Amino acid sequence: MPTIRFLSADGTEFAVEAQNGRTLMETALENSVPGIIAECNGSAACATCHVVLPEEIMLALGPISEHENDMLDFAEAPRESGSRLSCQVKVSDALDNISVRVPAA
Amino acid sequence: MSLHADHPAAAEPGNETRIVIVGAGQAGLSTAEKLRANGFAGSITLIGEEPDAPYQRPPLSKAYLLGELERDRLKLKAEDWYAKNRIALRLGARVASIDRARRCVCLADGGMLAYDRLVLATGATARKLPQAIARGLAGIFTIRTLADIDGLRPALEKQGKLLVIGGGYIGLEIAAVARGLGMTVDVVEAADRPLARVASAQTATAVEALHRSRGVAFHLGKSVSELLGADRVGGARLSDGTIVTADVVVAGIGGMPETALAAEAGLAVDNGIAADAYGRTDDPFIWAAGDCANFSLPGGRLRMESVGNAIDSADLVARNIMGARQPYRPKPWFWSDQFDLKLQIAGLSRPDDTVVVRQGAGPGRSHWYYREGQLVAVDGLNAPRDYLIGKRLLAMSASPDPAQVADPVLALEALASTSK
Repeated sequence: MPTIRFLSADGTEFAVEAQNGRTLMETALENSVPGIIAECNGSAACATCHVVLPEEIMLALGPISEHENDMLDFAEAPRESGSRLSCQVKVSDALDNISVRVPAA
Repeated sequence: MSLHADHPAAAEPGNETRIVIVGAGQAGLSTAEKLRANGFAGSITLIGEEPDAPYQRPPLSKAYLLGELERDRLKLKAEDWYAKNRIALRLGARVASIDRARRCVCLADGGMLAYDRLVLATGATARKLPQAIARGLAGIFTIRTLADIDGLRPALEKQGKLLVIGGGYIGLEIAAVARGLGMTVDVVEAADRPLARVASAQTATAVEALHRSRGVAFHLGKSVSELLGADRVGGARLSDGTIVTADVVVAGIGGMPETALAAEAGLAVDNGIAADAYGRTDDPFIWAAGDCANFSLPGGRLRMESVGNAIDSADLVARNIMGARQPYRPKPWFWSDQFDLKLQIAGLSRPDDTVVVRQGAGPGRSHWYYREGQLVAVDGLNAPRDYLIGKRLLAMSASPDPAQVADPVLALEALASTSK
């Protein structure tokens, strides 16, 4: 099981064991990571699960859908190069030990 | 006079304080979670009538019904989360009554639980068809709980004909899923358009056109006089005499706030459990959150059935129990997935609002609602940028020039800077 290191906006780290195939959002919610609200339960409708991933992992994750892309442009926290909606990112071994930062809203 | 002057015990929760939450849906769970996040150190008991641990309801009529999301993933928290956070989860337990004088709840199984603060997060229930219409026939479903969907799914997998009674969001989401599964679908709606009470004519017309293009048949301005069949439902006779055959019937005719417990305990009830702007009922030891709560706000009373409201009002109640004294500032928003349409709504529109249509370059469009010259709501139809910019403008109480909103050439980003 890969380990994901969520970094909340105040700098607290939540290192959690994640299940492959689940989304980063589900992993964050199960572990009560502050700042991941996910009001739409993962249907990419609310942008309240915005996270910033390390840039080197972005390519490995494949292309972002047009819908997610549009949502990210206007998420509450400004978009960064590693921005994703965590509900659209599936956990896999490729994500083991990465830092997932929750941007300050 | 201080809010708690008559009830010194209602102030300052401490290590010994016992909080009981009735209702283990999104609002009840969020209240428990936020109490812990705010440093509440006393005991928390979360009581749920359903056998399942707190789960997400919105996917029930969408991804879960389609079989795209397995049951286990609906759970809001992993099993060990409750113990880790010292939250006693009592499932399959029904609260029979509240004894306000002794401050305890009585369970249907005879047990009793004392509380220092009680949070009512009892939610809403799906309105059932009158017995005169349903006649006890098999094959009729409502949509609210996981058990409802687990009952409906096998019926849908047999293909055949689905009759949806009620053209609201739930009914239309089920209609879309059923078409996706290859069923024939009829929708009966008493109003002259679907979504009549919950969306503007412009949005409703677009949604209706989408459903018609995918083969959904509408019977508008009609109601069901009776359902036909011996043991199982076989069809319906409509108010104009039309006979519609059906193998399965889904009634999507609205939700009702679950207020019985509150009413029997003598709490004020007014289309929901009456709460003040802080989420407190007329008993200083009892609070209300989520679908069941009707908040008294500067613009009048407000009750909403949505995940956003469940999370936000639970957060409010958890903070105010801890002494924050913050009034509710709702940020209403909703979404619905039907076929390939993602409908996102920010704000609360009314039928008499002025509507400005913004047609995007692609298939997306948005509807902007103005009341007395002020932007009050935005619907995005496959238009996430419009929706999010509108939501942001609403949060700022900003109102962009309607002529600019309607100009498809003008970049939306510019709206934020030209708004007054």
